[in-house]
Amino acid sequence: MSPSPSKMEQYWKKNLQTLAILLFIWFIVSFGCGILWVEELNTIRIGGFKLGFWFAQQGAIYAFLVLIFIYVIRMNKLDKEFNVNED
Amino acid sequence: MDLLAWTYLLVGLSFALYLGIAIWSRAGSTEEFYIAGGGVSPLANGLATAADWMSAASFMSMAGIISFSGYDGSVYLMGWTGGYVLLALLLAPYLRKFGKFTVPDFVGDRYYSNKARVVAVICALFISFTYVAGQMRGVGIVFSRYLELPIEWGVVIGMAIVFFYAVLGGMKGITYTQVAQYCVLIFAYMVPAIFISMQLTGNPIPQLGLGGDVAEGVPLLDKLDGVLGDLGFADYTSGKKSIPDLFMITLALMVGTAGLPHVIVRFFTVPKVKDARLSAGYALAFIAILYTTAPAVAAFGMYNIIKSTSEKPIDQLPEWVQNWQKTNLIQIEDKNGDGKVQYLPDPASNELKIDKDIMVLAGPEIAQLPDWVVGLVAAGAMAAALSTAAGLLLVISTSISRDLFKTFRPDISDKKELRIARLSAAGAVILAGYFGINPPGFVAEVVAFAFGLAASSFFPVILLGIFSTRANKEGAIAGMLTGLVFTISYISYFKFVHPELNTAEHWWGGISPEGIGSIGMGLNFLVCFAVSWFTPPPPSHVQKLIQDIRIPKGAGKASDH
Repeated sequence: MSPSPSKMEQYWKKNLQTLAILLFIWFIVSFGCGILWVEELNTIRIGGFKLGFWFAQQGAIYAFLVLIFIYVIRMNKLDKEFNVNED
Repeated sequence: MDLLAWTYLLVGLSFALYLGIAIWSRAGSTEEFYIAGGGVSPLANGLATAADWMSAASFMSMAGIISFSGYDGSVYLMGWTGGYVLLALLLAPYLRKFGKFTVPDFVGDRYYSNKARVVAVICALFISFTYVAGQMRGVGIVFSRYLELPIEWGVVIGMAIVFFYAVLGGMKGITYTQVAQYCVLIFAYMVPAIFISMQLTGNPIPQLGLGGDVAEGVPLLDKLDGVLGDLGFADYTSGKKSIPDLFMITLALMVGTAGLPHVIVRFFTVPKVKDARLSAGYALAFIAILYTTAPAVAAFGMYNIIKSTSEKPIDQLPEWVQNWQKTNLIQIEDKNGDGKVQYLPDPASNELKIDKDIMVLAGPEIAQLPDWVVGLVAAGAMAAALSTAAGLLLVISTSISRDLFKTFRPDISDKKELRIARLSAAGAVILAGYFGINPPGFVAEVVAFAFGLAASSFFPVILLGIFSTRANKEGAIAGMLTGLVFTISYISYFKFVHPELNTAEHWWGGISPEGIGSIGMGLNFLVCFAVSWFTPPPPSHVQKLIQDIRIPKGAGKASDH
């Protein structure tokens, strides 16, 4: 049984909301912290790292990883909620 | 056992492993040949994707590129990992639900046009060929450096191995050999990195060692800034590239990564939509292990090289410097005749030339590790080159047998199609080998091409194909062609027609050829939108297809109907 068109629309909307939030963070940690604000952040230090440099060579990559796993968990939940999951 | 014997042994063992896996997992149907039967677990697919993605350049050259460009090298780190977020969130799950075998399959069906499919095939072939020539060359270089064989021999042996498991096993054989190759390459990369990190900073985790101290209260990165500054170089932790250029290069690499056909096709091999999402996460996790270690290897390497050569008497250099001088990867010339090495930014007085690959290749010797670690690094570099080459060759053979042959002769039998797929894989291996032995002079330049083209041709069209119900055949074809022609023209102009003008003041808006794919992508989007707006919307069966790929339910295995 396929879900009704209005339910489908709701599912898609929620999906797009999730994407918008996650991609916003994706942009902030890489293009923002790693490039645009790198000089300002470099005035802050964490251990032997300048913060901006750390974002550009380490932090952004960790953040990407977390983003994908949040997406996986969030979408699995959403699929179940709207009964469009595969099992 | 001496170094050469260890190298032969470890490289030989790894090859035997790949061949064994190939025999165990040979393909019996087109479905197995194209997408490994659609039954690969998310974890195995993550491992295979990581090996598929990380090439000879990631393994041997990336750390060195960062060593010499410092902060500016970050564009590669962020660009080549950030693309996986786009892939996981915007492309992979939907393409998996679509459920066929190739990227041109999707473009052809979604835009209900064989013309669009053919344009996509041409893009896929061009991207994959430019990339694969470099990999074959990489295999040859590893052979010649470690096993003291001529490069040509190395390429031929590499061809024979790839031929065996790609032609026999197709995607199924490639997937499981890539899993093994990932394990080999990551082990080979991490062992020297961990030991060097311990020696320099006392911290066994290179990612933390990068932020560690080389002496009481003196952080490595500050020391490096200071040492380079004293010699007249720019600071390691700040860049020379302009912000718009950094921005555009990073974007082009991210979007290009998400649009590379040999990466996308890996997500067709898992059983479910949710597996496609999860395996993108696993893939990035496995890639991140190497990509967060590389900047540490880069900084350690630079520090070690300056410390052991700068202002040191030429006849008292450490043994590893002397060893690598034999291969010309380190070149020392006493220009001012003072008997010491001066490492300086001015090429006229600089006496030390270092190849970027040295940071990884000389790692075990710098750390004074036993000979078997050197052999291990050789096997790792080989694994990185072979796994990427195999993935690319599969895209090439699939493009020919399925996207071209099957599209225009839909009635051929599965068996015959499989034979054509194998034949085209064989042809592609031979052609790639030819380019490996006789590399076109511009191999390094064409990598910018591959990413620029993937970014400006595939990515926008696939994205709109999923997220817009209005994008149509006319828009897609016009968009792809605009992105393609614009990007090819810009890169060709600065790389081949007027290479002497390839400096910031001549670039449009300060954007280098490496970053121009971002503009090409923007043009593709705009043209696709505009043309779609003035032409009829897609027919109802395509509207249904779009609604269908948006929900995971009912994915089933990828199939041929």
